[in-house]
Amino acid sequence: MNAPLLETRGLSKAFGGITATEGVDLDVGEGKIHAVIGPNGAGKTTLIAQLAGMLAPDSGRIIFAGRDITRLPTHARARLGIARSFQITSIFHAMSVLDNTLLAVQAHDGHSYRFWRRARRDKRLTGPAMAALEQVGLGHKAASNASGLSHGEHRQLEIAMALAGASKLLLLDEPMAGMGAEESARMVVLLRGLKETKSILLIEHDMDVVFALADRITVMVDGKAIASGKPEQIRADENVRRAYLGMEGPGETIGDA
Amino acid sequence: MHPPVRLGVRIAVLLALAVLPALTGALDQPFLLDLALRIMILATAAVSLNLILGYGGMISFGHAAYIGIGAYAVGIPAYYGEYSGYVQLPLAIGAGALFALVTGYICLRTKGVYFIMITLAFAQMAYFAFVSIEEYGGDDGLVIEQRSEFTGIIDMESTHQFYYVVLVFLVGALYLVSRIVNARFGMAVQGAKDNDQRMQSLGFDTFRYRLACYVIAGAMAAAAGWLMGNYNYFFSPEMMGWTHSGELIFMVVLGGAGSLFGPLYGAIVLIILEEQLSSATVYWPLILGAILIAVVLFARGGLEGMLAKLERRK
Amino acid sequence: MEWVLFVSQLLNGLQLGVLLFLLAAGLTLVFGIMDFVNLAHGSLYMMGAYFCVTLTSALGSFPLAVLLAVILTFILGIAVELIVSRHLYQRDHLDQVLATFGLILFFNGAVHLIWGPEGNPIALPDYLNGRISLPAGIEIPTFRLVIIAIGLAVAVGLIWLVTKTRMGMLIRAGASNRRMAGALGVDIRKLFTLVFALGAAMAGLAGMMIAPITEANIGMGDDILIVAFVVIIIGGIGSIRGAFIAALLVGMIDVMGRSYLDDFMKLIMDNQSAETASPALSAMAIYILMAGILYFRPRGLFPPRHR
Ligand SMILES: Nc1ncnc2c1ncn2[C@@H]1O[C@H](COP(=O)(O)OP(=O)(O)OP(=O)(O)O)[C@@H](O)[C@H]1O
Ligand SMILES: [Mg+2]
Repeated sequence: MNAPLLETRGLSKAFGGITATEGVDLDVGEGKIHAVIGPNGAGKTTLIAQLAGMLAPDSGRIIFAGRDITRLPTHARARLGIARSFQITSIFHAMSVLDNTLLAVQAHDGHSYRFWRRARRDKRLTGPAMAALEQVGLGHKAASNASGLSHGEHRQLEIAMALAGASKLLLLDEPMAGMGAEESARMVVLLRGLKETKSILLIEHDMDVVFALADRITVMVDGKAIASGKPEQIRADENVRRAYLGMEGPGETIGDA
Repeated sequence: MHPPVRLGVRIAVLLALAVLPALTGALDQPFLLDLALRIMILATAAVSLNLILGYGGMISFGHAAYIGIGAYAVGIPAYYGEYSGYVQLPLAIGAGALFALVTGYICLRTKGVYFIMITLAFAQMAYFAFVSIEEYGGDDGLVIEQRSEFTGIIDMESTHQFYYVVLVFLVGALYLVSRIVNARFGMAVQGAKDNDQRMQSLGFDTFRYRLACYVIAGAMAAAAGWLMGNYNYFFSPEMMGWTHSGELIFMVVLGGAGSLFGPLYGAIVLIILEEQLSSATVYWPLILGAILIAVVLFARGGLEGMLAKLERRK
Repeated sequence: MEWVLFVSQLLNGLQLGVLLFLLAAGLTLVFGIMDFVNLAHGSLYMMGAYFCVTLTSALGSFPLAVLLAVILTFILGIAVELIVSRHLYQRDHLDQVLATFGLILFFNGAVHLIWGPEGNPIALPDYLNGRISLPAGIEIPTFRLVIIAIGLAVAVGLIWLVTKTRMGMLIRAGASNRRMAGALGVDIRKLFTLVFALGAAMAGLAGMMIAPITEANIGMGDDILIVAFVVIIIGGIGSIRGAFIAALLVGMIDVMGRSYLDDFMKLIMDNQSAETASPALSAMAIYILMAGILYFRPRGLFPPRHR
């Protein structure tokens, strides 16, 4: 097997007294969808924030494509090919929907120190930007103002921005949360199709989605990765069953899907 | 289709400025020309401020410093007998850019109100630095014997020719800003204003875009200062005073921050208002201050915003 | 003797420092708690001085005039807060900057209207006008010592108020977390008014202390306000302790720079260039200090813990 695209070793981060992640080891293989699941407050978002460079880990290392990126600033990581979507929608509210994705494309196209040619007439930007919007089903809204979209559409735009750059690794923080059933289903198909070209770290609460998509699953509880493995292994894991059954009501046993 | 109110007003204003010299000649009202010159020069500076403030979200309270720097770039060479515009103008632009680069490097590390206060403080630093240089007149500044020379091309001493030089700078500044904000660079700057964190996670080093934008605006404002020095035949630290920076911000906001022509409208309204008030009463700051407060409290979006509303209503 | 001059300059620096603290304390509190940039703080300093001018000549007693003028500036602070400031707390900083810039123009015009364009001196009573002899041949103007004493007393009082009293606790709670202060059952609007007026009164007091030395004049607060901004930026916005330390630091560096920088520069360059360069450099000293501190600590020496 090839070396994984992304590795973390002993990633720890504490906020005052709360340890949000503790000694997390993670391997995301090339072309794989790796799901991270866990109850609310388990530290999943904190993990992504460290991978994307918005939070500096207290200790531990992050290796991406064979390179230690632990100390690299956010923008430099993004340019290496790590794209992130946010659990709490983070878009450009004052811009049009197309402009939002256009910026995502521009970030990876280099050449942002162009002062003269009109960006919105630049096919190298609008082409991929439009394509990303079509992929998530927002093509018809391209000219609308981003702030005017519905909540579900905001979520779609959030994904489109992560897709629009030519990133190798997508860090998706609950991408389907807030979407309708139809869009969710569309997104599952979309993500599965991406495996050809991208690797995905997927945080998701919907177990149907997780088991439909994931090649590997890591379970986090209280900041620790308590289990990691193939979906069947996770389904069978005693620790996981206990942790989850302890947290949630009956009938929501994982893998019941 | 809505009637293009904004476009109409833009064209009308520019046309009016273009034919003004002929009109004032016919009406024998030379002071109007003088007023229009002041408006256009300060509007050029305000347009540059709008680039960082309106489009980039960088509330600089030290923009008048660049006007002073530009004026000194006329005066100091002239003091040593160097009148060539080919020396003075590049010197002004270069000095403005350099000052913006050095101070911006520090200012832009900070955010929000720290940024406002630090830009203010650096402008004040420039002010006091020039106050303390006795050689160039200290507090009182110095008179410039003649305007920049562009021998054989333009005679800056001719009021009409100088007028059109200023108009070209104003229109050039407007055009430059309109290109910049619609180009890739401008998209990045506006994105950083809207959502800095998202820009970084997309892969933009927002600090550098801001800094580059800040430097461009500084260079443009210094060019306006070069015009101002020529216009006044005079330079002094007072030109850098922070109340002038406040006036520039007021022009931008009054006209509509982040709209291309807003700063020009703001400059027109503010300077005419000041002119009228100050000839009516010596207590004009009292009234202007009250108007300013009222504008902030009750009128939002500026003049361009009002025009846009008009456009939609029709 | 050399060091007689040195001690006297030290006291000058201290005097400037405490005056700056009186100004900066209100600014930093108002910003820290209400998130409000008040450019017109310098106008309150000016108004304090003018109130004192009128009251001194009306009452014939400087101390009594100061007492009443402080109360008047406090009331003026309440009025400004109720009429203008409180409508701006929810606005962005740009609006705050503009509106308070308008306030400056307004107050400058108003002073012109009421007191005329000329500067107005304040005559000190004889017992404040003299000099006090200290050991070793040092003589100090009495009033200078009074300013320092009053400034330090106010500083101590304010720090006591903020750290030891219930109101101070509320102020600190408000500074770090507005919602929490609201949850504590404080009438947050009254607290804001009170803090604003308190800041106004301290600024006014500073104006009253300086006016007998320089006269009260229009725009007197405009330049020193910027220095007060430098102080609160260095100290960390919202921090009284930071403001105090930074005020003394800035006061000292400014005064010492002006009197000793050229001697110092002569050590490293020839006399001629030292004499031309040092005035400009000493004028820039505090800004260079600020830039240096911000480079390493973008939020000042004592940054607010969270926001
Ligand atoms: N900036 C912060 N400051 C202090 N504590 C934080 C911060 N961010 C997260 N935490 C805490 O760290 C822990 C992990 O939070 P995190 O957001 O990573 O959880 P999560 O697994 O993403 O939860 P959810 O499923 O609700 O999104 C929580 O206890 C949270 O309260
Ligand atoms: Mg989360």
